[in-house]
Amino acid sequence: MIVRPKHQRLVLIILAVIALLGAVLLAMWGLQDRAAYFVTPSDIAAGKATPDKAIRLGGMVVKGSLKRDPDGLTIRFAVSDTKAETPVVYRGITPDLFREGSGVVAEGRLEANGLFVADNILAKHDERYMPPQMADEAATK
Amino acid sequence: MIAEAGLAALWLAAALAALQLALACGLGGEQGRQISTVRAVAIGQGLLTAIAFAALIALFLRSDMSVLLVAENSHSQKPWIYKFAGAWGNHEGSMLLWVTVLAIAGAVVALFERRLDDRTLGASLGAQAALALGFFAFLLIASNPFERLNPAPLDGRGLNPLLQDPGLAFHPPTLYLGYVGLSVAFSIAVGGLIRREVSPAIARAMRPWVLAAWIMLTLGITAGSYWAYYELGWGGWWFWDPVENASLMPWLAATALLHSVNVLAARGGLRAWTMMLALIAFSMSMVGTFLVRSGILTSVHAFAVDPTRGSFILALLTLYIGGALTLLAVRISHVKEGAPFEIVSREGGLVLNNLLLSVILGVVFVGTLYPLAAEAVSGEKLSVGPPYFNSVASPIALTLGALLLIGPQLRWRRDSAPLLPRLAPGLLAAVVALVATIILWPSIDILPRLGLALGAGLVPASVMPLFGRSLRRTPFAVWGMVLAHLGVAVAILGMASDTAFTREKLAAARPGETVSVGPWLIEFRQVMPAAGPNWTALQAELRASRGSGVTVLKPQSRFFPDPPTTTNEAAIDTSWNGQLYAVLGERDDQGRWQLRLWWKPFVTLIWLGGILIALGGALALVGRLFRERQQRRRLEEAFE
Repeated sequence: MIVRPKHQRLVLIILAVIALLGAVLLAMWGLQDRAAYFVTPSDIAAGKATPDKAIRLGGMVVKGSLKRDPDGLTIRFAVSDTKAETPVVYRGITPDLFREGSGVVAEGRLEANGLFVADNILAKHDERYMPPQMADEAATK
Repeated sequence: MIAEAGLAALWLAAALAALQLALACGLGGEQGRQISTVRAVAIGQGLLTAIAFAALIALFLRSDMSVLLVAENSHSQKPWIYKFAGAWGNHEGSMLLWVTVLAIAGAVVALFERRLDDRTLGASLGAQAALALGFFAFLLIASNPFERLNPAPLDGRGLNPLLQDPGLAFHPPTLYLGYVGLSVAFSIAVGGLIRREVSPAIARAMRPWVLAAWIMLTLGITAGSYWAYYELGWGGWWFWDPVENASLMPWLAATALLHSVNVLAARGGLRAWTMMLALIAFSMSMVGTFLVRSGILTSVHAFAVDPTRGSFILALLTLYIGGALTLLAVRISHVKEGAPFEIVSREGGLVLNNLLLSVILGVVFVGTLYPLAAEAVSGEKLSVGPPYFNSVASPIALTLGALLLIGPQLRWRRDSAPLLPRLAPGLLAAVVALVATIILWPSIDILPRLGLALGAGLVPASVMPLFGRSLRRTPFAVWGMVLAHLGVAVAILGMASDTAFTREKLAAARPGETVSVGPWLIEFRQVMPAAGPNWTALQAELRASRGSGVTVLKPQSRFFPDPPTTTNEAAIDTSWNGQLYAVLGERDDQGRWQLRLWWKPFVTLIWLGGILIALGGALALVGRLFRERQQRRRLEEAFE
């Protein structure tokens, strides 16, 4: 079957539209339950975070809150956005730039008792960087 | 003085870009003379921009702390290679590098382009000047790299130690060469559309630039992936971080363009589609720059928030992408019909390749920009991560890989010969590998299993186009294609193997204790201090043994005084069948050290695959340029 020039362009345009629609639909379907909501400790305090759903928690590591469990691998600390605090537990080696008083993004799940269990910790990459959410708040103050 | 000279060169270059645009717009009557003026102006613009960039490098090498940018990002005690690389390890410097590549690319087109007619070349150089002008304005108005600091500080603030790495000296320039190399494809497409001259000649002029940019992007992404792998100490090689996506999106578009531009150059088909891809590929480069440079991302890579710069780049982006797509919409009815082909043909396969790449591009684009759009519309803070990208993009990527078993085996235009003998080696290898994985490793996930089968099938399938050819007379371009496709197979095998077989161990150990991971027994010997040019470190000694093989790993926890920062330096031992990866964590009050160990079978194939893909591209590029030169020479001889 040969595609005639006149029809060929039509076929190609239709295919392109299908591909575009397919990509958007596929993306929407994927985003439905896989987009992690970015929350702050204030959101959690206000009950806006659903427990047991993948979320990212952003804020500053509270000074003096970092503690280590007897197994030597699990750490506990509190994340603050200056208005509220959330306790976080994480098992593993913390990234290079992670320390008390600096910005952090924790990926994980919130448990029903309000403890945030992190699977992954991301620390800021640049001395001047802070999560945009915190920068917004700092700017409005 | 150097700073002022650099700034003056930048202003002059901007003025020349404006002149170039004006000349290109007024290109009429005396074509012959006009085009040579435009060429000369473009070359002058490239030279002046190069001088400005050289001035910035000189300032960094001399540690001239009276320049704000140097004081903020450098330090006199840094090794010279990082002073050098520090010139583009920051916002202003990297934007200057961007413009430099853009202007030099324009100059190279002006110097060497002989395939386009004068008017199309003039329009293309005009488009290139319009692009450069916007970014010159951005530098001069919103991010002057040569700003002075008075009084000058005694020393600088230093460069983020994470960025003090040989890989990083090489990484941004490579990516930028790729990003900005695509600008030429964009400008030639704009020139062709303005002149209503969308022909195979346009595709042939575009092709070396697309190839070169694509090679650089491939290398840049491969290097960036390896840098993140060993420097961040997370053991992963792709994080779907928006900054990584910013380089992946232009690569996906360029890969599609690379394939479709061949259809247009060789067969005269897919005209409007190729023009659209050329516009989109560089648009993706600009979107990537916007994402990285505007600081609007919640990302580990994001730089300081600066709304002025963000809106400036956004305005440029809207102007260029909007303008180019409008031009395409207006001129699409003037684009001639392409040559016809059957559905089962090389062209048909390439159309499918392009559609799948476009779908992946769409999925990555939506996933990367959705959080920004959601926040702008509803104020909701979202972040999209690996679960989305892996589950949505990987199946499409595997489908594209499966197409690669078939596509290169097809003939141009129509393919009525029996297909099965040509497809058999690849399909057979894939099926055998699939059965083997089910028997050997019944419990691995479906995606890595399919990846292993596909990779195994692609090895013979990518070599098949050489079958039945005289190897000595096979063009370089075909060798390049075979090598690049083989690289895809190798990379897929590496990714699947790493995903399926990685073993991880997290331990708190005292010196003298032994830990095991995968086939390795690791004896934790001791922790000793160590020192480098501008850092001190604690260094662990790990004696790893497997069978009779013994190796020593020395992961470090490094401390940099300027600015005070600690980083983890992973220790990696590479053997033929994988990498052993060790990270040293902190010491607790009972004298135990945190150790994180990975055994990653065949993980190196990922980057080896990337390098093979780029090499394949290089082979094709050299082959094409060589052949064109020969043909031109033969033509000239025929005239004489």
